[in-house]
Amino acid sequence: MIHLATTGLGPVYDGVNHLLRSPEDLLPVIAMSLLAGLHGQSDSRRVLFVLPLSWIIGGLGGFASGVEFMPGVLTALSCMAVGALTALDRRMSPNVLTVLTALLGLLHGWLNGAGIATSRGDLLALLGIGTAVFVLVSVGTAIVVSLKAAWQRVVVRVAGSWIAAIGLLLLGWAMRRPH
Amino acid sequence: MIALLHTGKGAAAGLLAGLEHPLSGWDHILAMVAVGVWGAQLGPPAIWLLPVTFPMMMAVGGFLALIGVTLPGVEVGIAVSALALGMVVAMEVRPRLTIAAVIVGVFAIFHGYAHGAELPAGQSGVTYSIGFVISTGLLHATGIAIGLIHRWRAGARALRVAGAVIALAGVWFLWGALR
Repeated sequence: MIHLATTGLGPVYDGVNHLLRSPEDLLPVIAMSLLAGLHGQSDSRRVLFVLPLSWIIGGLGGFASGVEFMPGVLTALSCMAVGALTALDRRMSPNVLTVLTALLGLLHGWLNGAGIATSRGDLLALLGIGTAVFVLVSVGTAIVVSLKAAWQRVVVRVAGSWIAAIGLLLLGWAMRRPH
Repeated sequence: MIALLHTGKGAAAGLLAGLEHPLSGWDHILAMVAVGVWGAQLGPPAIWLLPVTFPMMMAVGGFLALIGVTLPGVEVGIAVSALALGMVVAMEVRPRLTIAAVIVGVFAIFHGYAHGAELPAGQSGVTYSIGFVISTGLLHATGIAIGLIHRWRAGARALRVAGAVIALAGVWFLWGALR
């Protein structure tokens, strides 16, 4: 569920602030940047535009519906999936990567939009979130694409495995039962 | 703008607690450094595969703790992990990669379970999880860095001695766990 902190700078900056302070949304964006970067420049360009766009489209849908469905579990699963794909460094066709990116954006966007609606927030926050996603993906993919040495790719894959591990723990927190 | 105010209370404390938790006991520290050292002794691909396996399986242990599954003998498992990992470093055991990964993975479950079951009250579980995965990864990296001296004969000998010291510490931990 989205928790918009009021920065005092308006809803767009509230959205930027939300993404940067929400590991549940931030980690899948980082993981997708790493995954796209491992796929090279051309695929990274696709992800750079598809992810923010699908995030905003999903957000509009979520805002219109106002329905959130298991946000903790779904964000954890997305974290695990993209982190694991990065760790495995599986080569995917550009179309599969694009569909995966769009699904990720639609899911998180939907949950953000629904959260904004239920907390009676301003829809403009979505624009801030989308902008922050764009900036993060552009920086993240640019760094990974520039890495040439084999060990540097390994470091990226290790980072993916950490994100997958964190995703599994997030799932645990979402399903938590006290001892 | 009306929004749920999310001040991040507990988030920073959770992150710090998570970073600190793997450093809070010598049993954790020595076992995780030993994983990195063993990976360095074995060389590629074990040098990065073992430190990837550990956080992933540690997350499985944390997940089990969070969903309320009871795992008996956690402290004994952690102590045995220091003993066994110290021994494989001391003896420079070179099993097949899958067997090495299984050994590391099984022990990681006990460490993860202990981390997952011990979240301090009032702190964010999400940032706590991020903290302890990062901290664990950095301990492995430390082990790998230490293990790089393996390329020199004296360094290889020093690592074996260090492994023996870790194994002895494991005996001490086991004694404490069984008392």
